[in-house]
Amino acid sequence: MTELPEGAKPRVAPIPDAESEAFWSGTLAGKLLVQECSVCGQRQLYGRSLCTNCHSASLSWIEASGRGTIYSRTIIRQNPSRSFKHLIPFVVALIDLDDGPRMMSNVVGTPAEDVHIGDRVRVTFEPVSDAAALPMFELDT
Amino acid sequence: MAVIAGVATTDYPHHPELTELGVHAIAADRALADAGISWDEVDGYASAGFFPMHAVQLCEYFGLKPSYLDETNTGGSSFEVLVEHAAHVVDRGHAEVVLITYGSVQLSQMGRRLGTGGSGPPPVGPAAADAVWGNTLVGNYALAAARHQHDYGTTSEQLAEIAVTMRDHASRLVADPLHMLDCCVISDGGAACVVTSNERARDLRKAPAHILGAAHALTHHLNISQMPDINLTAAAQSGPLALKRAGVSLADVDVLQLYDSFTITVLLTLEDLGFCAKGEGGAFVEGGRLRWDGPLPTNTDGGGLSSCHPGMRGMFLIVEAVRQLRGEGTARQVAGAEIALVHGTGGMLSTGATLILGSHAP
Repeated sequence: MTELPEGAKPRVAPIPDAESEAFWSGTLAGKLLVQECSVCGQRQLYGRSLCTNCHSASLSWIEASGRGTIYSRTIIRQNPSRSFKHLIPFVVALIDLDDGPRMMSNVVGTPAEDVHIGDRVRVTFEPVSDAAALPMFELDT
Repeated sequence: MAVIAGVATTDYPHHPELTELGVHAIAADRALADAGISWDEVDGYASAGFFPMHAVQLCEYFGLKPSYLDETNTGGSSFEVLVEHAAHVVDRGHAEVVLITYGSVQLSQMGRRLGTGGSGPPPVGPAAADAVWGNTLVGNYALAAARHQHDYGTTSEQLAEIAVTMRDHASRLVADPLHMLDCCVISDGGAACVVTSNERARDLRKAPAHILGAAHALTHHLNISQMPDINLTAAAQSGPLALKRAGVSLADVDVLQLYDSFTITVLLTLEDLGFCAKGEGGAFVEGGRLRWDGPLPTNTDGGGLSSCHPGMRGMFLIVEAVRQLRGEGTARQVAGAEIALVHGTGGMLSTGATLILGSHAP
């Protein structure tokens, strides 16, 4: 956790619950987990108590490769939140993971204007609390 | 067959002297007066708000004890859904006069959390999936717009044409590719309508708008990461179904009232309703096609982009559609408007509800 500019607040940390605790515990260990249905094989995020495809309750968490492709992206240039204002401009993206589901995240480490739809990305983790690290992405060059 | 017998708005866009409940009251009283129906005849009530038992609170505030109550909330499309439900209830004879109201003073009460930014919901439960990345309300729609541009070559100029052809197209970027003028205004405002039976409407002071068909659908809740196809909205489901129920085709539609939270919302809705093929929305809106005197008059009251957007704008779409069908559109009246299509969009492109209204009974 890096030092913050004056007036800025830390990033928003997720609050794990019964269905997301495994996912966020994984991030602390540097693992990106996705939920897999043992009946139909569908992989999904966020964690649920049933499969959205076949509605089976037989689900387990598996480790994803952490690689994916940017499906869409925007550059946030206005956000009044003290947790984010100092980060502007920054990229919010939808990432299609090679291992299945789509997730929202940030793409970091590259100037925002240089991040494009279709770019390959890989996961990197930023600790935000004792309970979670945020799975962010870097360009996979 | 149920009809809309009365409609009204408050004197938006700013009500610093009113509470939210007071805005509802003014809209309600004016809609009943417009219909020529007294408060005593109201036996059904519906409204959507952000807190549970919202409609119950309004009944207490109004002094109403209706036998039919609805507070279904699908976000910005709520009021199209409430009209659909009310029409079913009136058609079954379970209520005779359903009052539906909306009110908001979000501009007067605006705090830091509102506006084009906003920090979103608490990062717990499903909401955590999209809530921890600093994304904004505009950002969600920007993700849809960016993918549409990527897949179909849609340009920012084409989106700006939706905003208003005369506007300066060079407003600053808020969340790429959406500029400030791609976003709706923020205002106060209230609006209401009265749904009753065609029989009851026969001796009222104004011609009613007939509810010819209605349908609604959803694709996801508020996490845009959960939208199966970010460029395919619920309108693709609700639009054709509402048209089928009404027994009319797109070619019959004289005037459109489409929820315009952002320009991309209108573009996607036009495609999904079937006015043009997927990906052709950008070219479709060029050349002033949506102008009030153009071939497909859309949002003749200025819409949420230019008129008012108090948070959930769906009722204003209904009011303007009824006014057009009655010939009350004043300077922006669409000549010979007999069929109106109203489409509300709620959440983050999450829900859609379509109403087909007509100046004549089917």
